[in-house]
Parts: sequence; structure tokens; C-alpha cells
Amino acid sequence: MHGYKVVVVDTDIGLRNLDVVMGLENRIVYDIVDVVEGNCRLKQGLIRDKRFDGLYLLPAAQTKDKTAINPEQMMELISKLKEEFDYIIVDSPAGIEQGFKNSIAGADEAYIVTTPEISAVRDADRVIGLLEAHGINNPKLIINRIRYDMVKRGDMMNVEDIVDILAIDLLGIIPDDEAIVISTNKGEPVIAEEKPLSAKAYRNICNRILGKEVELLDLETNEGKLSRILKVLFNK
Amino acid sequence: MDLFKVFGRNKTKSKNVAKERLKLVLVHDRSDLSPKFLEMIKGDIIRVVKEYAEIDQDALDIKFTRMKRDYDNTPVSALVANIPIIKVKDNCR
Repeated sequence: MHGYKVVVVDTDIGLRNLDVVMGLENRIVYDIVDVVEGNCRLKQGLIRDKRFDGLYLLPAAQTKDKTAINPEQMMELISKLKEEFDYIIVDSPAGIEQGFKNSIAGADEAYIVTTPEISAVRDADRVIGLLEAHGINNPKLIINRIRYDMVKRGDMMNVEDIVDILAIDLLGIIPDDEAIVISTNKGEPVIAEEKPLSAKAYRNICNRILGKEVELLDLETNEGKLSRILKVLFNK
Repeated sequence: MDLFKVFGRNKTKSKNVAKERLKLVLVHDRSDLSPKFLEMIKGDIIRVVKEYAEIDQDALDIKFTRMKRDYDNTPVSALVANIPIIKVKDNCR
């Protein structure tokens, strides 16, 4: 959307899903393992997203497992992609095993996506430590699925709580939004829509990655704002 | 105090419980990376500081943590040592 050439690499081999999320599942012929093993050329493995100019997907293989690729092959793949693309987004699988090690092999920087839950934040902390150990310093944080209503009544850790605990820089926050479920059902990325708050959140993150200063998203819904105004009017 | 309870203000918020629990497990998780390394440092620090002051060895606390650097807020891994000093040795004053 900003005129850059971007490729998204799904490294979750065996549990492929970016294809369905992006709505490109019907167009897959080759996958990342085919490219790495030389069964096809790199260009043949890339699926062009017809909706967004310059966006490509390199899908994961579905029938193999994480050991089908090693970190050296991954580094080679990324350096080839660097010749073609402005941005290479590598989606890491869950866990800290081989899939994770593959995904960070060619990475210059890292964005950690977590949710405001105790287990997710703990895992994020572990991943930050592992990234540091692999020489990827200063990863940035994205907090996903924030429920403003729960944060407000003190039943969910807020952004400051999590940033304070993890002590890394914040890249963005994304509200828990029905629009994401709906858009994923249809295979149409929510970012293409104008209205949803989550779409705005994604656009903000995108702009920050491009180096623009964007204010943090206000998660309050209109209803929330109204009640706050009432509260101010009536002095709490 | 009781009045607050009536209005439910004093009820511990579950996010604070989560935060406290998280902080505790993380201290453990983080230092767990190399307990041997920490023990070695601890031994050396005690030895050095003891030359200058009497310290409370049981209350000595050394941990690995992550914090923001004071002057530019960059997140760094830090070794935090809390060494309670009972008395500075006379000949060091």
C-alpha cells in the first residue's frame, strides 16, 4: 500500500495457515521447502497477492515438519529474497525449537507479538532472552487482543504493565476485535477495511515500521468516551 | 478502610495479582539461565566487599534482570546486587 515490495514468509512448516488468513490458499503450487530444496525457482514459490500491489507470500509446506529446513538454508533464502524485496516479514511458529531458530536465522530485527495474559507475557520474556542470545537486540513489542473493557475494570494487564515487565520498546497495540474473525473467515485482511479499530491499529504499526511517528491508538470505543465525559461532568 | 470495602474499592484487582505473580516467575526464569554463573559472581563480590566492610551475607541478593538504562532508556540486561552493609571497616575510613 505504500509502494514497497514485501514478502511474507510462513515458517510454520506442518501447520501452514498464512495462506488461508490471506485468502491465497487456492493458488499454492510450491512452498518454502520446494524452494529451499531447489524443486522450483524462488519466483515460482512466491504467490502474488492480487489485492495489494507488491505483496507476496512464500507459503510453508503442510506435509513436512520443522526439520525440513535448517538455519543455514534459511539464511541463504533470506539473502536471496533481500535482492528482490524491500521488506521481508518472517512469521515464526510458536515454540522455541527448530522452527523458531529457522525463523530468526536471517532476521535483522524482531517484533514480538504477545497478549495481555500471564502465560503469553512469560513466553515473550523467554523469547526476548533467546533473541538476545542470538544477537538480535532491541526487539519491539506488539500487544495483541487487548480488551479495553477488561483493562478498565482492572481485570486485564494494561499496556504500561506489560511494557514495564518486559522492558522493551512498544511498537503497537491491537484491540481484540470481531472484525478480525470476520475478515479472516473471508480471507480478506482486515487492514484493507476503513472502519475497524484493529485495522487502524495495523496501519499504525505499519507506519511506525516505516519510521513515521504515530500516536498510540486510543482503544476507547465511543461508548467508553461518552461515559468518561459523563464521569468528568459529574466529578466521577 | 471498611468503608472502601463496602464500595468494593479495596478488592484486589486480578491484573495486579497477575503482575505480581509474573514478576516473581520472571525473576526465577531469568536467573535460571545460568545459576552457576551467578553463584560464581556472588562468591567473588562477597570476597571483595568483605575487605572493606562487614556485610550481611544471608541477606545478600544478586539477580539477573532487564531494565531501562538511566540516561537513554535503552533496555539492557543488568546484574542487580543488593549488598546490606553492617559496618564499614575502621581502617577503610
